[in-house]
Amino acid sequence: MKTTGIVFLGISILFFGFPGTCFCKSMAFGNKIFDPGPLKPVDSVLKIKIGDTAPDFTLTSITGSEVRLSSYIGRKNVMLSFIPAAWTPVCSDQWPGYNIAEEIFRRYDTILIGISTDPLPTLFAWTRDIGGLWFDVVSDFWPHGAVSETYGVLRSNGTAERAIILIDKKGVIRFIHVGDINLRPDLGMLVREMEKLNP
Amino acid sequence: MRCLIHHNRISWIRWSVFAFLLISGHIFSPVPGFSEEPAGRLDFLLPAPDKADHRQYLGLPPDQPFSLGQVKARVVIVEIFSMYCPVCQREAEKVNAVFRLIQSRPGLKDKVKLIGIGAGNSAYEVDFFREKYSIEFPLFSDTDFSIHKKIGEVRTPHFFCLSLEGNNRFSVFYSGTGVIETPEAFLDILLKDSGIQVTP
Repeated sequence: MKTTGIVFLGISILFFGFPGTCFCKSMAFGNKIFDPGPLKPVDSVLKIKIGDTAPDFTLTSITGSEVRLSSYIGRKNVMLSFIPAAWTPVCSDQWPGYNIAEEIFRRYDTILIGISTDPLPTLFAWTRDIGGLWFDVVSDFWPHGAVSETYGVLRSNGTAERAIILIDKKGVIRFIHVGDINLRPDLGMLVREMEKLNP
Repeated sequence: MRCLIHHNRISWIRWSVFAFLLISGHIFSPVPGFSEEPAGRLDFLLPAPDKADHRQYLGLPPDQPFSLGQVKARVVIVEIFSMYCPVCQREAEKVNAVFRLIQSRPGLKDKVKLIGIGAGNSAYEVDFFREKYSIEFPLFSDTDFSIHKKIGEVRTPHFFCLSLEGNNRFSVFYSGTGVIETPEAFLDILLKDSGIQVTP
């Protein structure tokens, strides 16, 4: 009888899902969003720390151009926004927010670079569906997740964490946020950190 | 022994049925005043608006949380939005136009009030959205998604329209996700459904 109860409970969960999942889906993507459900909040170990020189990288953006981190040294602060995957609930509601905040990044002389381990065609199609983005979106697909791995934000399933790394004009890491993958980092927090670089 | 087994069996059945109802949401009875919109569990409290003109607009005293039934109006339109939602961004100007339309009609501006709730948006994010799109009506933050969860995790933008019945009671006569075709048509449909007579 216990087995019957457990089976019944299992069927209930199967049909109605686990209570507690909470993503705010906009209707922007129709029914194209893949919802993996709640994920392990953090699934990697950082390999960088505040005060380190940011590991350099060159990745290809969805425009086809090469984006080299060290090219911004002496010119701009750089915010790296690692996201887990295109076409998923939280990610699809993260970069569109940054898309209307361009003036804030300009105010603090900061370049934003979006990084995902998705392949370029996927990122291209997804960002087109968002309506286009003003910042560079680069693919860390091949060698798979190499940059994410260097920074210590590559999860065991090959996706990146939801992480923010802020680098100053000297190329030094000034802020690291590896948050719960199921939650979006608050824009207010990012602005406060950019303010610190531009007192 | 047989009795004990029988008792255990009944107990397991009861617990299974209870778990089924709990998970499926059927164990929660609708909140009084929400008969038309099962997902419209809008019985939450919002903080008093910081701005005096917003408190005046909603007819609220300062420093006291309020429920939607306390708003001084016949109809309250509630937009569930997110600063991060591209459609909400694109629709912001149309929602502003709905607000301006209401305010421009003398027979309407005291009867119909509009507010927005930013699902999963911090106070900073709501303020940013307000400034970005020059939004004049009151906006509220739902940082931890608690309201969003309570109302059924609707997609954004979503509009609820409430008919206030006095004594903090109201019913939901419209609930829908999507874009506004035209501000005029949107308002006309809502007014028609609300039963409010508007003097031309």
